Amino acid sequence: MNVLRFNRKQLCIPYAVFLILFVIAPLIVIVYYAFTNGEGKFSFANFINFFASTNTLGTLMYSFALAITTTLVCLLLAYPTAYILARSNFKKKYVLLMLFVLPMWINFTLRITALKEILSAIEGNISAYPFLNSVIGMTYDFLPFMILPLYTSLLKLDKSLLEAASDLGANKAVVFMRVTLPLSVPGIVSGITMVLLPSMTNYVVLDMLYNSTYIMGSLIGSYFSAYDWHNGSMISLILLVIIFIVTLVTNRFSDKDADERRTVL
Amino acid sequence: MKRFKRILAVAAALTFAGGSAAALSGCADGGEEVVLRVCNWEEYIDLGGWGEDEVIDLESGNIFGENSMVDDFTEWFNSTHDFSVKVEYSTFGTNEDLYNRLSLGDVYDLVCPSDYMLMKLIAEGNYVEFSDGFLDTGNEENYYANGVSRYIDGAEESIFAENGWNKKAACYMWGTTGLVYNPEQAEETDVSTWALLMNENYKRQVTIKDNVRDAYFAALGIINAEALKGELIREERSKLLNDTDGETIARAEDVLKAIKENVYSFETDSGKADMVTGKVVANYQWSGDAVYIMDEADGDENNPVELWYSVPDECTNLWFDGWIKLKKGVEWNEKRSIAAEAFVNFLSRPDNAVRNMYYIGYTSAIAAETVFEYMEWNYGAEDGDMNYDLGYFFGEDKILSVDAADFVVEGENINKGRQLFAQYPPQNVIDRSVVMLDFGDKLGEINRMWINVRCLDLKDISPAVYGVVSAVAAAAVIGICLYVFRYKIFIREPKEK
Repeated sequence: MNVLRFNRKQLCIPYAVFLILFVIAPLIVIVYYAFTNGEGKFSFANFINFFASTNTLGTLMYSFALAITTTLVCLLLAYPTAYILARSNFKKKYVLLMLFVLPMWINFTLRITALKEILSAIEGNISAYPFLNSVIGMTYDFLPFMILPLYTSLLKLDKSLLEAASDLGANKAVVFMRVTLPLSVPGIVSGITMVLLPSMTNYVVLDMLYNSTYIMGSLIGSYFSAYDWHNGSMISLILLVIIFIVTLVTNRFSDKDADERRTVL
Repeated sequence: MKRFKRILAVAAALTFAGGSAAALSGCADGGEEVVLRVCNWEEYIDLGGWGEDEVIDLESGNIFGENSMVDDFTEWFNSTHDFSVKVEYSTFGTNEDLYNRLSLGDVYDLVCPSDYMLMKLIAEGNYVEFSDGFLDTGNEENYYANGVSRYIDGAEESIFAENGWNKKAACYMWGTTGLVYNPEQAEETDVSTWALLMNENYKRQVTIKDNVRDAYFAALGIINAEALKGELIREERSKLLNDTDGETIARAEDVLKAIKENVYSFETDSGKADMVTGKVVANYQWSGDAVYIMDEADGDENNPVELWYSVPDECTNLWFDGWIKLKKGVEWNEKRSIAAEAFVNFLSRPDNAVRNMYYIGYTSAIAAETVFEYMEWNYGAEDGDMNYDLGYFFGEDKILSVDAADFVVEGENINKGRQLFAQYPPQNVIDRSVVMLDFGDKLGEINRMWINVRCLDLKDISPAVYGVVSAVAAAAVIGICLYVFRYKIFIREPKEK
C-alpha cells in the first residue's frame, strides 16, 4: 500500500480552487458586465456614465470624505490606546487588550442598533447629524482593526532604542517623535488600510443610522435593484481600481520608510 | 476483498433503486413525494404557536393557529390527495430581490410578488395559468374561486380582470398606502396630504419608504395635488399617477430632494419601531404595517399610545400581492402544478385567511362569511353609533356597526381611522385609489432620478466646503513634503561611509 504523499504544490490546490471559484470567476463576470451594454455588446458607456455625472463623482467624494474622517478619528483614538497598552507594566496585558477587542465578538448590527439608541439619547434627533453619526458608527465598528496592528508594532519595538535615545539627551517628546513614531509607521499603514477601504463601502452603517446620502456601496446596490448589472458592475470595478491604487500607495509609503529607517540606523 | 465486493453490491443495488425511483416520479402512480418550492415575502404567513389566550372564538367555530400554515397544508394535502407533497418554503425581502434571484437561475414553483412584479413576470411570459379546475366556482372546495372578493378577482369588472392578471395570478393580500400619525403631535390637516413629507413644521419628524416606487408615487401626489382633489374619472386619475414623462420625472426629482432634506429617514423596516417608540410623529406606511404599528402602540405596556392611519386626500396606491405559478417550475410537471394550486386554495380557505390576517396584520383578498364575522368579532360594537359599509368588498348589505370615535368623518367621507380603516378602506378611499403599474422601459430613467436624489451632487456643495477641503488637502501635501524632505530641511543627513 502506498502512503498518501503530498508535495507542497498539491497542498495549495484547495485554496486555488476556492480562489478561482469565488474570486477570479466573479471578477471576470464583473468585468464582462462592466464593459457591455443591455444588448450584450461591448461598450464604454457605463464608464462614461460614471465620470460624466456630478452625482456619481459627488458620491465618490462623499465616500472618500467619510472614509478619511473615519480613519483619522480611528487613528487618533487608537494610537494612544495602543501606546498605553503596549507600554503598560500591567502583567495581564492581554486581558486589557481583550477588553478592546471584545466588542468585535458581538454581532455588528446589534452593536449599531445599540449605538443608535445611545446617540438618540445624546443628540435628541439623530437624523440631524448624518455625517457625524456615520463617522461615529464606522469608528465604533472599525476601531479594533486600528488598535490591533498598532499594538503589535508598538509591542515589538525594542526598548533599548528608547533608553539609548534618552541617554543621549532626548526628552520624552523627542523620543516619541524621533523614535517611537517612525518605528510604528508600518502599524499605522496597515491600520489605515484596514479601516479606510472597508469604510468606503460599508453602507449598512449609514442605512441604520439614517444617513440618507448614498455612498459607493449603496450606489451599486441601487443599480442592482433596478436590474442594471452593467452600471453597477462598472462602479464596482472602479472601486476595485481605487482600492488597488490606495493599497499600492500605502505599501510604497511603508516600504520606503522601512528602507530609510535602515539607513538611519 | 470480500467486504469490498459486498459494498460494491450494496452500492449497485442503491443506484438501481435510485434510478427506478427517478423513473417512477415521471409516472402518474401514487406514493412518491412532490417537492413544491414556494417563495413568499418575509413574515407574510402564519407560523403558528399562538398563545392560549389568542383563540379567535367566532360563532361559526374557533380559529386557532397551533402549527405553522405550511405544516398544516402538508398534512391536509397528504391526507386528501393520492400523492404526497413536501413544501420547500423560502422568503424574499423585496420584489427586486426575488426578480434578481429568478434571473440568476433560482427555480420556484409558486411566488407571491406585488402587482407590478406580477405584471413584469406576465409580460415576460414567465408564468403558467391557473387551471379551469382551480377557477371553477361550481366546486365548493375551490376556496379561492368562491371566496375571493368580486371586487378584486373573479368578475369582469374586478381589478385583476381590468389589468389582465386574472387566471394568471391569484390575489393573496391587498391594501393601500398612507400615513400613520400620532394625533397628539400632528395636525389633522397636515396629515391629509402627501405634502406632509416636505412640510417644514415636521422637519426630521416624518419618515418615507426607501424604495423608488413608493417615493415616486408620493411625489406625483404632491405635484398633481390640485388636479387630484378635483373631479376626475378613474382613467384620468390613473394616467396622472402612472405618468413617467421626462418632465414629470424631473419635477418629481425636485420634490424628492426637498423631501430628503425634511425627513427623519428613508426606511425599509425601521420606521415601524421609530413610530411606536415616538421618535417620529408620522410615517409613510403600507396599510398592513400600519395595522401592526397601531396594535403595537396600543399594546405598549409602559406607554400605550393611540396612533391613527390617514389616507391623504390626493390619492392612495392600491396594491396587491398575488400568487403566480412560474413556468420554469411547474410547466412540465402536472403534479407540482396541482400542489401549487392546492397551496393557494388552502391559504384561501376562510379560516386560514383569518389566521394569516390575524398573524401578519394585512388584509386577505378572501371575502368569505367567516372573514366578515372575524371583522365583526374584532371591530364590531354592540351598540355602535356608526355604520361602516364594506359592501364593495364583501357584497351587498355587509355593514359593520362600529364606534364612531375610531374614525374621522369629513362630510360623507371617512378619511382617517384606526385599524379597521387601515384594513378595509371605505368606498370614498377606494374612489381615489390607483393601481401603480410597472415602470417598464422607464425604470432606468426613474432609477437615475432616484440616484440623483440620494447622491451628493458636486454642484450642490457650498464654496465654503470646497475652500476647507482644498485648505486641508494643501496642508496635507505640505506636511508630506516636509516629512519626505525632512533630512534636507531640518536634520543633517547621516554621512555615508
